Amino acid sequence: MSALTIKPGAASSLPRRILLQGKYEATTMITNGEQLILAIVLPLLALIGLTVTPILDDMGASRINIAVPGVLALCAMSTAFTGQGIATGFDRRYGVLRFLSTTPLGRTGLIAGKILAVLAVLVLQVVVVAAVAFPLGWRPDGGAWPSAVVLLILGAAAFTALGLLVAGTVRPEATLAITNLMWILLGALGGIVIPSERLPLALESFVQFLPSGALGGALRDAFLTGTFNGAYALTLLLWTILAGAAAIRWFKWN
Amino acid sequence: MDVLDSQLPALAIHGLVKDVGPLPSLDGRMLRVVSDISLKAHAGQVTALLGANGAGKTTTIECAQGLQKRSGGTISLLGHDPARAGADLRARVGVMLQDGGLPPSARPLPLLRHIAGMYRNPWPVDDLVSRLGINDFSQGTVRRLSGGQKQRLALAAALLGRPEVLFLDEPSAGLDPQSRQLVFDFIVELRDQGMAIVLTTHLMDDAQRLADYVYIIDAGRNVAEGTVAELLQRDLRRDSTQQHIRTLFVEGPEKLDMGAVLSGDLHVVESRPGSYSITGSLTPADLAALTAWWAEKDIMPTSLRLEARSLEDVFLDISAKEAS
Repeated sequence: MSALTIKPGAASSLPRRILLQGKYEATTMITNGEQLILAIVLPLLALIGLTVTPILDDMGASRINIAVPGVLALCAMSTAFTGQGIATGFDRRYGVLRFLSTTPLGRTGLIAGKILAVLAVLVLQVVVVAAVAFPLGWRPDGGAWPSAVVLLILGAAAFTALGLLVAGTVRPEATLAITNLMWILLGALGGIVIPSERLPLALESFVQFLPSGALGGALRDAFLTGTFNGAYALTLLLWTILAGAAAIRWFKWN
Repeated sequence: MDVLDSQLPALAIHGLVKDVGPLPSLDGRMLRVVSDISLKAHAGQVTALLGANGAGKTTTIECAQGLQKRSGGTISLLGHDPARAGADLRARVGVMLQDGGLPPSARPLPLLRHIAGMYRNPWPVDDLVSRLGINDFSQGTVRRLSGGQKQRLALAAALLGRPEVLFLDEPSAGLDPQSRQLVFDFIVELRDQGMAIVLTTHLMDDAQRLADYVYIIDAGRNVAEGTVAELLQRDLRRDSTQQHIRTLFVEGPEKLDMGAVLSGDLHVVESRPGSYSITGSLTPADLAALTAWWAEKDIMPTSLRLEARSLEDVFLDISAKEAS
């Protein structure tokens, strides 16, 4: 039996392992109904809601031009924080994280694969949202895309770190509750789709320091005026570092 | 692999210590779950860690797999420290976890193909799938599989890298008799091909059927070791009052006073009406006396079965000694 001949089974290269894991996790996410609702359906509903109601009127730009950057920020929060958090929480419960960390993939490859999957799904979300927004009259600033890409990656990194922190420290049922509740709270009041100027005065200055407010604000600055808001970018970077360090410190693999 | 290499153990654990905690239930103190475990596992052998639940078996092999950090002692896995294992060492070691570790929403074949991609030269998925009978249930998701099907899939996943060392944590948990036979035959075949197989079990029968060498673990330490035959023999010799302990099981008419014709140190119990066990240092003379008495009384038993001590008896004896 040639198949039974035992040879040292060398590992595939690290980039290939990460790429495979990213592809597998991205496929799992977009073939899961609940994840699709969270990643695509709810952001599109938010987009439509914001364009048919007067919430964003009198802000110096059209409803759709103000709404789309916030919806893209919401997409990043859906996928990186809530989606990836819940998936990781249950993978941890079922021992999937432990098993995969005994294969050549390892813990580092597993986390890199998750980040890659988040970015791949985010690209898909941007394409879908843009495809819906352009016919509705979205006219982004021509020079916004390079800044927007950097900001979306920073935002995805911050939300992934936060999602993994929650998933790695509490039970999966609690992860489910926390990440869904945070999605609703931050989505409504976190400065993500509704600009902080439109929130109650007590919240206005506060939300700019949240990852939601920073990502929403930074993407609106980029798409509306073509500017790169360094303060918001720094806020996102700080959240990534803090949540990432906390996740490394407290993440429990079993 | 030359002769010298093959004499080095694939896995060597020496003086393993593992503390967990701090635990609130112990007022913030650490709990020592493994206090001193040493063992060796060789290529071409099945090495079993046998012990009750909570004895420290899983902790021990998880330290060897690099899944848990040890608190003390040394571990050499294929000559490397598993705590600092790189991808190439992990590629040479297969792991089947007690809880399987497979995502419930996954389908068996895409999952196996995905994991196979992590190895440069994987075991062909189709071959593994047919050998372990996974084709029969490859359509559903992991969530819908029976316990035995999940175990077979987890074994396939552990073998994808053609490992030199295979860890199996409670491999017969949830297996139906057919799956069990299939899995056990496969394990023996893999061993004969030169794989070092390390398994944990709390089932004496698993150890007795599969293991070339057994370590009995209790309360986080080694309490006995040897081949199955050695363990059975050694403990007989150690206790002179229990020499050649055997049990004769007899089925026949009710209320036979067999104690009257047997030597006094034999223990006769009628556990159910007509169902007897005679335990002790049974001699050929005892058997002759018994059959002569049956002939005289014209008694024909319906069933006779003579058993040497089982590994279970040894294990229970050792555990009892540890406890006292």
